[in-house]
Amino acid sequence: MDMRAKTVDWAAVNADPRFRDLHRRKSRFLWGLMAFSVAYYFLLPLGAAYASDLFRVKLWGPVNVGLVFAWSEFLVAWGIAFVYARRANREFDALAAEINRDALAQAAAVTP
Amino acid sequence: MNAHILPRLGAAALLLGPACAFAQSAGAVAPEYRWLTFAVFGLIIAGTLCVTWLAARRVKDASSFYAAGRSVSGIQNGWAIAGDYLSAASFLGIAGLISLYGYDGFMYSVGWLVAYITVLLLIAEPCRNIGKYTLGDILAFRNDPKKAKTIAAISTITVSIFYLTAQMVGGGVLVKTLIGIDYEVSVIAVGVLMLAYVIFGGMVATTWVQIIKAVLLVAASLLLVFFTWLPYGFSLPGFLQAAVADPKIQMQVAKLLGDPATQMSAAELGQRFLEPGLYLKNPIDQISLGMALVLGTAGMPHILMRFFTVPTAKDARTSVLWAMGIIGGFYVLTLFLGLGAAINVGAGKISAIDAGGNMAGPLLAQYIGGGADSILGNLFLAFVAAVAFATIVAVVAGLVLASASAMSHDIWVGVVKGERATPQEEVRAARISSLIVGLVAIVIGIAAKGQNVAHLVALAFAVAASSNLPAVLLTLYWKKCNTGGVVLGMTVGALSAIALVMVSPNMTYPNAVRAQNEPVIAAAPAKIAAAEATLAAAATEADRATAQKALDNAKAALAGAEAKVASVAGQTTSMVGLEAPLVTLKNPGIISIPLGFLCVFLGSLLYRDKRAEDAWEELYVRQNTGIHAEGAVAH
Repeated sequence: MDMRAKTVDWAAVNADPRFRDLHRRKSRFLWGLMAFSVAYYFLLPLGAAYASDLFRVKLWGPVNVGLVFAWSEFLVAWGIAFVYARRANREFDALAAEINRDALAQAAAVTP
Repeated sequence: MNAHILPRLGAAALLLGPACAFAQSAGAVAPEYRWLTFAVFGLIIAGTLCVTWLAARRVKDASSFYAAGRSVSGIQNGWAIAGDYLSAASFLGIAGLISLYGYDGFMYSVGWLVAYITVLLLIAEPCRNIGKYTLGDILAFRNDPKKAKTIAAISTITVSIFYLTAQMVGGGVLVKTLIGIDYEVSVIAVGVLMLAYVIFGGMVATTWVQIIKAVLLVAASLLLVFFTWLPYGFSLPGFLQAAVADPKIQMQVAKLLGDPATQMSAAELGQRFLEPGLYLKNPIDQISLGMALVLGTAGMPHILMRFFTVPTAKDARTSVLWAMGIIGGFYVLTLFLGLGAAINVGAGKISAIDAGGNMAGPLLAQYIGGGADSILGNLFLAFVAAVAFATIVAVVAGLVLASASAMSHDIWVGVVKGERATPQEEVRAARISSLIVGLVAIVIGIAAKGQNVAHLVALAFAVAASSNLPAVLLTLYWKKCNTGGVVLGMTVGALSAIALVMVSPNMTYPNAVRAQNEPVIAAAPAKIAAAEATLAAAATEADRATAQKALDNAKAALAGAEAKVASVAGQTTSMVGLEAPLVTLKNPGIISIPLGFLCVFLGSLLYRDKRAEDAWEELYVRQNTGIHAEGAVAH
């Protein structure tokens, strides 16, 4: 595996504008989603501790803001996963496959 | 349906007395129905052993033993991750917390799902792309292989042993509480069964055991929720209104609140159950635990290992999506299980059998089937008990496989043999390592009998978050990260988390135990005498039952307090020689996680490592594109 791995010119792939583009898009998207998800999650214990009056407000019979907010945590987590997977399946995978194919073709051409 | 359930409620109340009386000696399943539980156990064990026998024929080399030949599909792996992750603590523990403390129990469950966002976005795919079998393989990609594999193996084994101890002790207590089998017998049974799966079937059998367990767990939960919610016509406000209006729940809230409760109306007390603050009091502790969960899950070696079993990074992504659906859906169901148990069984009966509330789910199952005297009720209970047993075995198998891989693949093959071992030698080493880890788990499980190990789960997550995750994350995403940082960060992260727990309120402080229990013992004779007098004066059958129950409770409280004081007799300091905790923080994450990250940064900047710099471009390209990722093995 290592012998084969050395035949790909990693520096060239790393410098490839398509790889830079993939990297830029992915990083911004991933770390953005990550920051949002962590912030949204910590609102729950913080809200329960410091905004308990708000959490107590009843919305629908006994259903209060706190319960709705806790349920929304599940929906937001699933939503983030869905949004990420859709974009990765449609966009990132195709870009990576293209770079992957060219890099392996390049390596095959260089290797005697 | 409502008319039908009311007489049952009355019947359940009448049964309270005798049920509690035998619970202390025999377990939640009545002796005459124990054969039912064993029959369901037997079916599950026979099924999983069959799978192991089939799997054993496919396990020939390291790739099949450690990674199931990378031929597990994304959906299968999603179920297996859920099976690996949903321990008895989540299955029984969270439903129990909700049944005793309402909203806070549900809030507690959220972090366990959000944790998978980190796994999905930052860890699963890169690890699949560059990894092979273990955490050590990921860290050894850029860093000095021997140093990285040694520290990764130590950390893997540490984290797994903490988690394993909690599972073994928790499992032993659970099986004893459920069916009254001796603690030692159940620890050995769990250990031997798990060893059979791991040693003969490796990752193939472990994966299937986890899938079977997850399917059973989801099926059991859906069944219970269906019958719990049915009487309310599947109306959400209707169900919650029933909880709020339930006198048992109102009484429980009044008990939890103490004096302030006297100012509140019954309706206010009931509604209070759906509001925060009955269990989780310290927000800093919750944030600290939340950090450990959100970052620790992604650093758990047995979870990381699951991503090496799928053929591609895309399948790794699919598996996290399925796992999040199953795990999240399960936690949503626990709200109904917990509240259903609080309405139908009552906090008093639940905590009488187990103070932590672990019996909420099983008792709800028994109630739904028709109560403690009915065949169907006991069949339901037997089913839930058997699922709980399968849960423990599946989680323990995953943990043992992770530590055994670290021992054989990282230490023996990677460090001792310098990567020179034939596939046969490696599989043999892996099987011997599994046997060693499994025996250690059994011994620790028996030695730790009676110890409070609940905090070990949180500690395992805290160590994974403070040690493994900073090292993996920065190895994957930070160009300047190197061996110096990984070694320093993992050492300081793990040690600081452990040290903080050793001086925290989680440990047993003999003086505090005495201060808490001696007043109970002093007040007990008067209480028992009063209860005896009430019993003697009781005129009707119902009064006598109530009085007998009060007397039993008073005696049990005295016995419990005496046992606690006796357990610290002659001691004045905790395990590390402290009379009182040094810190108020129960979860170390908020301090140890930043410290772990900081030390990876500092160590990397202070250390020169040409290999880590040279390998950066290859690692970065490979983790993003999947070029040269380890492929699937055709069987």
